Amino acid sequence: MSVDGLSVDRGGHPVLRDLDFAVPTGAVVGLMGPSGCGKTTLMRTLVGVQRITSGTARVLGHIPGAPTLRSRIGYVTQAVSVYRDLTVEQNVAYFATLAAAPRSSAREAIDTVGLGAYADRRVDRLSGGQASRASLACALVGSPELLVLDEPTVGLDPLTREELWTSMRALAENGVTLLVSSHVMDEASRCDSVLLMRDGRLLAHEPPQELIRSTGTDSMDEAFLALIRTQQEVAA
Amino acid sequence: MNPRIALATAGRNLQQLRADPRTIGLIVAVPTLLLTLLSFVYDGSARFTGIAVAMLGILPMLVMFLITSVAMLRERTTGTLERLLTTPLHRADLLAGYGAAFALAALVQAAVLVAVSVWFLDVQTAGPVLWVLVVAVFAAAVGVATGLLASAFARTEFQAVQFMPLFVGPQVFLCGLLAPRDSMPQLLQWISDCLPMTYAVDALRSIAEQQDPSGDVLKDVGVLAAFAVGALVLAALSMPRKTR
Repeated sequence: MSVDGLSVDRGGHPVLRDLDFAVPTGAVVGLMGPSGCGKTTLMRTLVGVQRITSGTARVLGHIPGAPTLRSRIGYVTQAVSVYRDLTVEQNVAYFATLAAAPRSSAREAIDTVGLGAYADRRVDRLSGGQASRASLACALVGSPELLVLDEPTVGLDPLTREELWTSMRALAENGVTLLVSSHVMDEASRCDSVLLMRDGRLLAHEPPQELIRSTGTDSMDEAFLALIRTQQEVAA
Repeated sequence: MNPRIALATAGRNLQQLRADPRTIGLIVAVPTLLLTLLSFVYDGSARFTGIAVAMLGILPMLVMFLITSVAMLRERTTGTLERLLTTPLHRADLLAGYGAAFALAALVQAAVLVAVSVWFLDVQTAGPVLWVLVVAVFAAAVGVATGLLASAFARTEFQAVQFMPLFVGPQVFLCGLLAPRDSMPQLLQWISDCLPMTYAVDALRSIAEQQDPSGDVLKDVGVLAAFAVGALVLAALSMPRKTR
């Protein structure tokens, strides 16, 4: 996955400005930055539902949104985008059919996100964390090569968050590339590399340990603040 | 277009309907209850038959318009539409799935409505009653297709519901139910020619009055089908994969 000089305007306002980065396959990439910095727009661009204003993007060797990509990408939006009036099983089975995945894969995806005991429950009767895992299961079901997850851990308790990161790590070990956004900087330490964004620009793209070392700080929060300070000094 | 995906989408819509028994109840019962009320209002007057026959086309179109526009709007606002567009699903599959599921609901609705009209409300037609069912289903299909299109112009469910009088008012006023079409000003007649409900009411009137209405009915049903397909095409165009 790579982008080159990528800029995106939404409603006449620049949201992403001149982004350049490349990510190898089979990595967990964290997309970090404060709310409103363009994380979701970058994700929407990569899954092919956002028009690119200038620059290029490549996902698994294709232009975002190319028909051949649609069965190879799983996208989980920030809001729980599943059918709340259907059961977990019905939701996942529907997305399995869309991805031309075998019926049994629905069950596997539900077990992967730890909702095996709730498969027959309607999504609107689940807790918030369980509902977002149901949404994740719908993305896992077609065994995608790239998973784009927009703030999957928001609102989850520490235990569930831990379990989710464990399963994301397991997927990466099987060769799946994961792009995971979060505005909780601490989660960066779980990623192979971190894309740090602010105001639609890319501040850094480095492994988390490298980021902490190069800024001479001892947490991701401080590293982020230090980077902003350096950037402002450069600008001034 | 992928039949497997369209079928799965129709199935998913029917699952959602089944999960909501009150909506099923409303779909099936509301037109029948309204027509029954109307029969009491006219209290055995001969004028009731003419109005009842027209209602067999009007009510299914209205109910289906409302239900599909809200259902599709829900798909847009909850983010599931955006998600679906990142999957192998094609827009045509989605619309075909919606159309098939709600047309099936419309068939059940129309069958109950026609059965109650004929057996309990004493609505008599010169032509075969089966034709009435055909027209009712096509009228409902127009409602489904235009409802899908209308959802593109609404941001909220409040707005979607308000499209109903906009969609319904002119069609009911101009379809020839309240005043004969040829007594209207020429301009209104032209507008009336462009509204699908006119053709549904025209077909139903032919069935009421002619022993063998098949020629007129087929022509009207063809026009209704064209309206439905046209609205579906516009609905597909209103659903770009990529936002600006």
